[in-house]
Amino acid sequence: MTDIAHSTVPPVPPECKTTGVVTVPQPLITARGVNVFYGDKRALKDVSIDIANNQVLAMIGPSGCGKSTFLRCFNRMNDTIDGARVTGLLQLEGQDIYEKRQDVVQLRARIGMVFQKPNPFPKSIYDNVAYGPRIHGLAADRIELDEIVQTSLKRAGLWEEVKDRLAAPGTSLSGGQQQRLCIARTIAVNPEVILMDEPCSALDPIATARIEDLIDELRASYAIIIVTHSMQQAARVSQRTAYFHLGDLIEVGETDRIFTNPRHKLTEDYITGRFG
Amino acid sequence: MSKTVAETRAQVEKSLRRRRLAELRFQAYGIAAVSIGVLFVILLFGSIIAKGAPAFRQAYVTLDVFIDPAVLYPDGIVDTELLATADYVALVRGSLKQRFAEVEGRAATRQLVELVSGSAVQNLQALVQADPKRIGTNQTLTFLADDKVDQYLKGNITRSTPEADRSLSDQQLDWVDALQAAKALELRFNKGFFTHGDSREPEQAGVWGAVVGSLYTLGVTLLLSFPVAVATAIYLEEFARRNRWTDLIEVNINNLAAVPSIVYGLLGLAMFLNVFGMPRSAPLVGGLVLALLTLPTIIIASRAALKGVPPSIREAAIGMGASPIQTVLHHVLPLAMPGMLTGTIIGMARALGETAPLLMIGMVAFIVDVPSTLSSPATVLPVQVFLWADSPERAFVERTSGAILVLLAFLVLMNATAVILRNRFERRW
Repeated sequence: MTDIAHSTVPPVPPECKTTGVVTVPQPLITARGVNVFYGDKRALKDVSIDIANNQVLAMIGPSGCGKSTFLRCFNRMNDTIDGARVTGLLQLEGQDIYEKRQDVVQLRARIGMVFQKPNPFPKSIYDNVAYGPRIHGLAADRIELDEIVQTSLKRAGLWEEVKDRLAAPGTSLSGGQQQRLCIARTIAVNPEVILMDEPCSALDPIATARIEDLIDELRASYAIIIVTHSMQQAARVSQRTAYFHLGDLIEVGETDRIFTNPRHKLTEDYITGRFG
Repeated sequence: MSKTVAETRAQVEKSLRRRRLAELRFQAYGIAAVSIGVLFVILLFGSIIAKGAPAFRQAYVTLDVFIDPAVLYPDGIVDTELLATADYVALVRGSLKQRFAEVEGRAATRQLVELVSGSAVQNLQALVQADPKRIGTNQTLTFLADDKVDQYLKGNITRSTPEADRSLSDQQLDWVDALQAAKALELRFNKGFFTHGDSREPEQAGVWGAVVGSLYTLGVTLLLSFPVAVATAIYLEEFARRNRWTDLIEVNINNLAAVPSIVYGLLGLAMFLNVFGMPRSAPLVGGLVLALLTLPTIIIASRAALKGVPPSIREAAIGMGASPIQTVLHHVLPLAMPGMLTGTIIGMARALGETAPLLMIGMVAFIVDVPSTLSSPATVLPVQVFLWADSPERAFVERTSGAILVLLAFLVLMNATAVILRNRFERRW
């Protein structure tokens, strides 16, 4: 990973009303005054936050608060939605994500994504994991590709369960296994950041626990941003928590602090279960 | 206001009976409708098969022919060039007269020769020219019988009809009976029906010309319409932004699917023949016209198939960093392919049965030769059916139904191929 000059980290705009500290030392990603519009509707309002490496950031908030929208800004998935427009500054290691010259394909190779519903390709388990390395040309030959597939499946904790049936369709696995397959597929291209959009909302508690353990292990190598509806999950897996409300980033802070001592009234109401 | 539980239950029971009756009635309507449909299908197929089956058998006559050098070289000069213009009818006549020695006079002899198809002369000529050493030998040869003889053998001409009202005289029927008794005349499998082109003589007419014409035409249609339609559907569905132009295009495609086919024929006539000067009656032009006709059908079906691919697959691919083209080619297209193939089958089946637009571009012409290239004159199966249905000879009635059977077999074969292809695509994962 290239070392970045700290002087290039842009300052937080003064109109930022977020409670808590939005900046971190040596941020991997910086967002400054990010707005997202769907047509005329402003779905995200002036969000500024830093993302640190080797850390899990949980984004929580009631439905429609803009947390998923914000997540999809990082790898420009909002590009695929007609009428969606992003303003403000988003930098990955000092490089503008929304710059005209930015290659979206390269960006998405660096910022992987795991979706709400497990969505393996309707191909074999092997081909699912090998897809990313193949399109990005990461393996010189079959042996190297085999190795990448094996390592990725091992790191996703799926290898022992599927090593005898790599040719079986990915869709034949259980929901929790499918989601781990999707994680294996994402880490196969060796990204720097993993975005997770409610990765456990379609899974049972046991599968959820396995994914949460996995997230904790993966933190050692990646920056992870997870959107979740479950406050318990946020408390379990994350080090930092960001609370969104109606498109505003209300409060950011250490997870322990947010859940024990929220400073903003809205945050307190949400985590004590008064709405959401 | 308040009712007892027993009262409520009685009311529910009453409504329950009514609902059950309604359900039974609905079922009865359904069964009746399906039964009527099945009945008509059986009637249709039964009648076509009953009428068409005789077309697959044909009367053949076996004769001993003396290849008489005195007939072929009337002046005594031996020159193979004379064989091209020699009087082969005389050979057939001689052979028949040998069998029926009692026949005297020109009129009777002509009646006798009428029993054998005109194609016997061409067969003889080909045989002799292929090997002139046969001259002077006796050959036992099998020729097509005339279509009227064929019809008599199949029971469509009977002696009970007054002689003046039938096309064979009593005398001719006696000869036919005699030939049949001598096992020199019999019904055999009609190979010519599957190998010959069209002919004015029913006994020589076959569907092969039309089958090849249909194959060429549909080949052109498939090669043009499938890639263009799939590309159009992919562009409109996956790449084009929704705006007034794409809406306009969409409305137009939907309207084009409903345009009567003869309009496409007129368009083909005006554009391909009159402006571009393409050949008349050619499978190439027929294929172009039918491609225009099937394009909207395939586009609409392909777009529906693309819409049916879950968006999560696209998101997964895009999230992995696949480019839009890779997303479509690697993930969306394989999933949509079965649906696209189904749409193509429907479109091609419609194209196979189209007659009207092909009439406009001259594919209705009487064409004897089996087409050899995409630009040689040809006709197609449904047009052949149309042409034969229009012919006055009794023998064409069964050939019409026979051609319909071939058309149906063609259709079943095509659909079966497509279904197999589709299943293979579906089983790949």
